[in-house]
Amino acid sequence: MKRRTLLGATAALAVLATGAFAQTDKVKVGFVYVGPIGDGGYTYEHDQARLKVIEHFGDKVETVYQESVPEGADAERVMTQMALSGTDLIFATSFGFMDPAANVAAKFPNVKFEHATGYKTAPNLAIYNARFYEGRAVLGHIAGKMTKTNKIGYIASFPIPEVLRGINSAYIHAKKANPDVEFNIIWAYTWFDPAKEADAAKALIEQGNDVLLQHTDSTAPHAAAQEAGNVIAFGQASDMAEYKPMPRVSSIIDNWAPYYIDRVQAVMDGTWETSDTWDGIAPGMVEIGEITGIPEDVKEEALALKDKIAAGEYHPFTGPLNKQDGSVWLAEGETAEDGALLSMDFYVEGMKSEIPN
Amino acid sequence: MNLGAIDPVLLIASLMVASTPIILAALGELVVEKSGVLNLGVEGMMITGAICGFAVAVETGSPVLGFVLAAVGGAVMALIFGILTQYLLSNQVATGLALTLFGLGISAMIGQGYRGIKPPATPKLDMGPLSDLPVVGRILFSHDWMVYFALALVAAVWAFLKFTRGGLILRAVGESHDAAHALGYKVVRIRLAAIAFGGACAGMGGAYISLVRVPQWTDGMTAGAGWIALAIVVFSSWRAGRVLLGAYLFGGITVLQLNLQAAGVPVPVEILSMSPFVITIIVLVIMSATQRGAAVAPAMLGRIFHASS
Amino acid sequence: MIRLEKRPEPSKVWTVATPLVAVLLTMVAGGIMFALLGKDPVAAIRTIFWDPLFDPQFAGYSRPQLLVKAGPLILIAIGLSLGFRAGVWNIGAEGQYIIGAICGASVALAFYPADLWIIFPLMVAAGALGGFAWAMIPGILRTRFNTNEILVSLLLVYVAEQILASMALGLLRNPEGGGFPGSRNLQQYGAASNPELIAGTGMHWGVVAAFIAVIFAYILLNRHMTGFHIRLAGQSPRAARFAGVNPARLVLLCLGLSGGLAGLAGVFEVAGPAGQISIDFNIGYGFTAIIVAFLGRLHPVGILLAGLLMALTYIGGELAQFMLGLPAAAIQAFQGMLLFFLLAVDVLTNYRVRIGKGATV
Repeated sequence: MKRRTLLGATAALAVLATGAFAQTDKVKVGFVYVGPIGDGGYTYEHDQARLKVIEHFGDKVETVYQESVPEGADAERVMTQMALSGTDLIFATSFGFMDPAANVAAKFPNVKFEHATGYKTAPNLAIYNARFYEGRAVLGHIAGKMTKTNKIGYIASFPIPEVLRGINSAYIHAKKANPDVEFNIIWAYTWFDPAKEADAAKALIEQGNDVLLQHTDSTAPHAAAQEAGNVIAFGQASDMAEYKPMPRVSSIIDNWAPYYIDRVQAVMDGTWETSDTWDGIAPGMVEIGEITGIPEDVKEEALALKDKIAAGEYHPFTGPLNKQDGSVWLAEGETAEDGALLSMDFYVEGMKSEIPN
Repeated sequence: MNLGAIDPVLLIASLMVASTPIILAALGELVVEKSGVLNLGVEGMMITGAICGFAVAVETGSPVLGFVLAAVGGAVMALIFGILTQYLLSNQVATGLALTLFGLGISAMIGQGYRGIKPPATPKLDMGPLSDLPVVGRILFSHDWMVYFALALVAAVWAFLKFTRGGLILRAVGESHDAAHALGYKVVRIRLAAIAFGGACAGMGGAYISLVRVPQWTDGMTAGAGWIALAIVVFSSWRAGRVLLGAYLFGGITVLQLNLQAAGVPVPVEILSMSPFVITIIVLVIMSATQRGAAVAPAMLGRIFHASS
Repeated sequence: MIRLEKRPEPSKVWTVATPLVAVLLTMVAGGIMFALLGKDPVAAIRTIFWDPLFDPQFAGYSRPQLLVKAGPLILIAIGLSLGFRAGVWNIGAEGQYIIGAICGASVALAFYPADLWIIFPLMVAAGALGGFAWAMIPGILRTRFNTNEILVSLLLVYVAEQILASMALGLLRNPEGGGFPGSRNLQQYGAASNPELIAGTGMHWGVVAAFIAVIFAYILLNRHMTGFHIRLAGQSPRAARFAGVNPARLVLLCLGLSGGLAGLAGVFEVAGPAGQISIDFNIGYGFTAIIVAFLGRLHPVGILLAGLLMALTYIGGELAQFMLGLPAAAIQAFQGMLLFFLLAVDVLTNYRVRIGKGATV
């Protein structure tokens, strides 16, 4: 009880403080990016969201950002300097910024921090993430329907839970659409090397994979698909609309703007408090790009699946599901818990290859 | 695991494409080093070429013009290095590294308006019935013209260094600039020409990545290809033919390891991922162990020339 | 006709003056670039060079950070400079830095959660040995098989990066990290951490080691036979052989020293500022240190100053980015320019500019 009063009092103080602040000055929001905003993918989409924040609030908000911040000591310094410069809210947009964000948040109790894709929270450190696996279920369905060779190529970055969730979700739904489907994975072991992605795409195509999924950000696989003909691909992180209608038949888009606008608004209203947000298709954090160039019935099915997920009627990880080794993961009708999803380190049954490490 | 899915013919055709940027850049650097200059700024020149070529190709719709301007862009960058090291006698290693830093920055600034755009396609050379031949058709006669250009350039550089007077002078400058100077050769001008040639080649190599291999523009998209090119020059023991060998070896193993992964070969991914680097080292060790003493670096490599007379 | 005439001795005046001239020239050229980008050039220059040191809002924090950033650069560059003087080209300090960090962190994590004073010294030793061993690969290949050390050391950087990723995802992964990549944070493991020694100064053991390395290198080069051999081998390999220098031993010594120091930098970084082994643990210190080494003219004191200047442009550049909205690319280009000018005006130290007739170059 005592603690709650204390919290209440702090909240009231915060309201007063920000209220007074808002009259004299704008709310200052900082963004820390792991890559250059010209990466055309992950960081690019975070920056697009920043621009939408400016569009939404006009001159009530001031944004600052820092590109290509290395994880570790540099991230900590960048965030500290941002906090020192009077920033009210700081978005740390990469997993590797977790410990630095926690450290800096402890030093600046009056500055609010938001960390993407991590798991550490504090009274002034919130976390947010997107349920990309929801989108990948839809893409997986299309992939399963569209493959003629029953071979789907998947270009992955590193074997981390986020990437494994995507592979499993896509695989489960591709398999539902087409029981003969087989996934072939290439681990690029890099976040960013467009030329290597091109090589990986070519290798997959040459081995008869006629659908490409990717968890890397460049359009190189699309170009390879176009050159090969009869191969389709999906946009990753951003829409990759320049390859519409073929070979890019749809895409999974990170849309951080609604969340960022919400949180900035909360700071303005003095209602910001720490939270753990994991949003998917329904609130629009994960978007499915326009579906193009595929038969109408497949498109209808894909959209129906998307709507069911958005409405909360269907969870992409619903039992019965076994792990790759045959052990039971989810019983009939059971859905996966968030905790299990967040730390996923296995393939589901049916996947052929092994996860590195 | 399905090794049968790997088609060696397609593999070879792919590795030829994958190696082209490195061949171009390494060949340019080879000529530079033959003249006794060590330019570690290959990455910076490549990325500058990548954006210059991309921007020009997008604006004019002509990939050919793109490659030409990529060569110009690379050469201009190289000449910054040339002026600093040849006239102002700065340290070559440090200047080259600074050039990489500068190139990465400048290219990202130029490239701001070119994200998310598809460049005009570089057409495949139409070789008529030749490309329908079994095996050799796919390997030899099914590429875009830059692949052939790079191969022709290997032959040209080889012939230039081996048979021409110009090649002899270039090598003389690289082996002993004082002697070459005493013989009346313009050491600095010869080196500047070599440096500009190296920049032009690196620029075209970069443009091949942004216009053909990927093709798109993103900041820093050469992702270390320039460093590999530098390694290939050393690997080649400063011989043009061996540049081809080195680039194909490296590119081939890169493509092969991705193919092995796609085929589900049960070898740990991290081992496959590091294999191109490890195998290149091993092959070089074998080569250098078996022919001791032969083919060493140009004697003046990295040394500053100042005509004191 | 302008020509250069070599000075018999490097000019004392210009040795001090050239860096200042270079910085001034960079301010002008960089200012023009910033103006072209539509930013206030004066504000930009002030933010980069002045604010990290003297701005009341930031300086208290960013001044110590200079040491944090410069420490590993100086430590690695000192080691590299010895080799570069002797004509031994270790381009792969980045790889030795990574391996040093992995070895150090492995020792720490093997003991976790024991609280013994011996852990940190063991980590430091393991880090230095790791870097040393990684540098011995090109060293032994060079002395035994005559394999070029530039290629081997450079390619081993990529191998080290793969090992790093594999460690962060596998062996060293934090078992309580919810399946995410990356090791335990050593900052939170007292016996293994490398904290700030005096609060608010940025001093950690790595910075101390960097200062010791500077002094050590100074004494080695000026007072010790080995230092003489190193310099001699670089200037005249033939003379060095007559003087009884064993070239193979010198190669191993130079590579080993530079590898060991790079490994030390790695272990101090992973136990201190960085805190953990992660996929992207390395951020290019090993390559930047090559620039620092030459910027400092391969002289220990020069390297110390060059390292601090580099660190200043990093930290000032960060400030300029978010205070003024300058793109990171512009800062990179600006750093490149600064290096160009520093390297270019260095000519005045060793040469006299003569105007008049003379031999054409």
